[in-house]
Amino acid sequence: MTTIAELPPGFADKVLSAQSTFRSVMDAMARPGSVQRIVPMAGAPDTMMRGTAAIALTLFDHDTPLWLDARMAESADVTKWLKFHTGAPVVQDSSVASFALVGDGGALPSFESFALGTGEYPDRSTTVIVQIDSFTSGRGFELRGPGIDGVATLKASIKPFDLFERLQINEALFPRGIDVVLVADDAVVAIPRTTRVVSKGS
Amino acid sequence: MNAPAYNFAYLDEQTKRMIRRAILKAIAIPGYQVPFASREMPMPYGWGTGGVQVTAAILGPQDVLKVIDQGSDDTTNAISIRKFFAKTAGVATTTATAEATVIQTRHRIPERALNENQVLVYQVPIPEPLRFLEPRETETRRMHALAEYGLMHVKLYEDIARFGHIATAYAYPVRVNARYVMDPSPTPKFDNPKMDNCPALQLFGAGREKRIYAIPPYTQVVSLDFEDHPFEPYRFNAPCALCGAENSYLDEIVTDDKGGRMFVCSDTDYCEGRQAAGHYGSLSAAPYREKAGSHG
Amino acid sequence: MYVAVKGGERAIENAHRLLAHKRRGDQSVAEISLDQISEQLGLAVDRVMSEGSLYDRELAALAIKQARGDLIEAIFLVRAFRATLPRFGASEPVDTGAMRVQRRVSSTFKDIPGGQILGPTFDYTHRLLDPSLAEGFVPDAPATAEASTAPTPRVTDILGRDGLIESSPQAEDGASVGDLTREPLNFPADRDLRLQNLARGDEGFLLAMGYSTQRGYGRNHPFAGEIRFGEVEVEFFAEDAGFAVPLGSIELTECQMVNQFKGSATEAPCFTRGYGLAFGQSERKTMSMALVDRALRARELGEEALAPAQDEEFVMSHSDNVQATGFVEHLKLPHYVDFQSELGLLRKLRQEFADANASDAMKEAAE
Repeated sequence: MTTIAELPPGFADKVLSAQSTFRSVMDAMARPGSVQRIVPMAGAPDTMMRGTAAIALTLFDHDTPLWLDARMAESADVTKWLKFHTGAPVVQDSSVASFALVGDGGALPSFESFALGTGEYPDRSTTVIVQIDSFTSGRGFELRGPGIDGVATLKASIKPFDLFERLQINEALFPRGIDVVLVADDAVVAIPRTTRVVSKGS
Repeated sequence: MNAPAYNFAYLDEQTKRMIRRAILKAIAIPGYQVPFASREMPMPYGWGTGGVQVTAAILGPQDVLKVIDQGSDDTTNAISIRKFFAKTAGVATTTATAEATVIQTRHRIPERALNENQVLVYQVPIPEPLRFLEPRETETRRMHALAEYGLMHVKLYEDIARFGHIATAYAYPVRVNARYVMDPSPTPKFDNPKMDNCPALQLFGAGREKRIYAIPPYTQVVSLDFEDHPFEPYRFNAPCALCGAENSYLDEIVTDDKGGRMFVCSDTDYCEGRQAAGHYGSLSAAPYREKAGSHG
Repeated sequence: MYVAVKGGERAIENAHRLLAHKRRGDQSVAEISLDQISEQLGLAVDRVMSEGSLYDRELAALAIKQARGDLIEAIFLVRAFRATLPRFGASEPVDTGAMRVQRRVSSTFKDIPGGQILGPTFDYTHRLLDPSLAEGFVPDAPATAEASTAPTPRVTDILGRDGLIESSPQAEDGASVGDLTREPLNFPADRDLRLQNLARGDEGFLLAMGYSTQRGYGRNHPFAGEIRFGEVEVEFFAEDAGFAVPLGSIELTECQMVNQFKGSATEAPCFTRGYGLAFGQSERKTMSMALVDRALRARELGEEALAPAQDEEFVMSHSDNVQATGFVEHLKLPHYVDFQSELGLLRKLRQEFADANASDAMKEAAE
């Protein structure tokens, strides 16, 4: 068992690190497919990547119910670290979560099990944060939509392999939908619900 | 006494997190107004509290901030807001559009084209474009949910029937990404085309009405119109009297009580930049004439 | 020759210096102290605390002094400060039944257990300007008596025992309390949020809205069941300690209106409630609030909501004087860019009108 004193630390400078991390995430969301770096570093418990940890410290708090996939939830350090540094309540019911942390994309549940928002309040939807292997190797994807000047090309090694096929539900649901943030180490890419993706093969 | 101590950029971190989450959802749903728990700011509601909260949530020490009101950096409220951030966040400020990374504005979009490294933050008084047609939030929210915008077209069409034109000169409604009808804030309709396919991220903050919305970069923004009455941006008959610009938005300055008037750029940075680059109008201001070595 | 307006920064600084000078007034007159404001303008302090939603007499007095006595400006100052304070949680509900009452009146019964207690009130004073107050007035010592130990149960509780009034809805244990300063307000809003909105609402606005219900715009047959003013204890449940910790005591005014009854084939008829609560002593505010609270319950009580005071969106969206002041006064800010756009359009329309008339006149002349 890890005691609180032994938990990996949060940001060294809470205020400025959160600001810098937020700007990276904001830029990622505003320019889907672009790879943004998260500069400020915090300690991260085992299964959590550095980028994921920084995003958690930046956006999670008492007001954001949080859903963890089995990979994340099985680590006592992850839950303890999140509770201590963010105070976000961990929920079992993914349909009420503001954020979902997915450590094992291979076991990602159907997007329908998350909050998709309502017609009146489409913003009340889960932001799903998925840790992936890499933005330097893997398949190529063509992205179009708001935030993209014509076409953006994303290279990523992603599990589940059919992530973008699954995200097609966003097309029919809009303005309801799921926003996805992909994290690989300290790099982050956002796929908001407006982004349409075409696989380019390998 | 509980002596106040304030955080970087004034807002506490919990508030910033709440606003930041709202901004992310606003970007993900272009043109949709995200409700947020707007805080009571140390300036009055209606004086830019929404824009100030958005700016405070995004601003970092590396940013260079520009604040304009009516296109000018020197209007009193722009000065007041610029000083607020210089004091609470210690950020560098500028009046030059090209140097700014964050531009907070009231009622104008700068004439100079914005770039990908910039964020434009609008102060919004009434974010709901349907509000003057339907005062009830419950109703307008339903209309947005169903994309039921007939009422707006009826209003615009009534204008045409009565005046021969769409009689909306500012806060001219737009449709974002072919879905949400959005209020561009009370900018003159002259500025509407600048919002379309803009490389910069555009964020909108309405403090009193507690709404944040956004237009991501490179997003389609169309001013509402009809096939037989297409949207026409406002045009001036004369160039700027100071810099000679023919395609900028002009302020009318009344010079006497006998009908004398002149027209000058509302974007003061743009106008000064043009004058410094050697462009002249019919009545160029004295300092620039002196610089050019002539005698006024 | 027109030169672009510069020097706004200097102008602002100078305006604020002049304001500070005017605030102080004639410096041969003694400066007013916060104690003097708190002690001698106590009802102003109460109002600023209530509508500023911050119980701190000293800060409210400072705000009144800083605002030159403009209470809405003072409320604004307090609100802006309050917005930056960290939140630890919500207090336990205060028990107004256990209030140490200084004043307590009921218009529904001639006498009530614990008695009618007039306390400090303007009621029954003759509103004649009193020159003796102008300077050096020393009031007589107040009349005293043995403090009564008799309980002072709330009139609505007495009615409630016989089922004559609807029971006050109780929140579930552990249910969170809404807070419209922390979460965006959505309509329809629950009563906790409505009451919070009204408690922060402008006294004048609530007075006018409450008054309108009496004049037939959403009439609800009110009786002032009870108005009480006094001190109550505030406690906070400390999770670490596992018990409620006393934080201190505050002064409150509470008004419970007893209103027209409801009932149906399945439900025995009973009176309904309207509720008002404010910091300090403020009967006008709490009575108005209770009338408006009752009016806003129309939906919940199955009444037709036709009057302004019954219209939740209308009342809640316009009750806040800090919001209202800001937006009304923002019309002072420059709007010349919009105005220019409007001016250009108007000139164009007038030109077209003139051209059309001229061509009509030519046609007529040609015929």
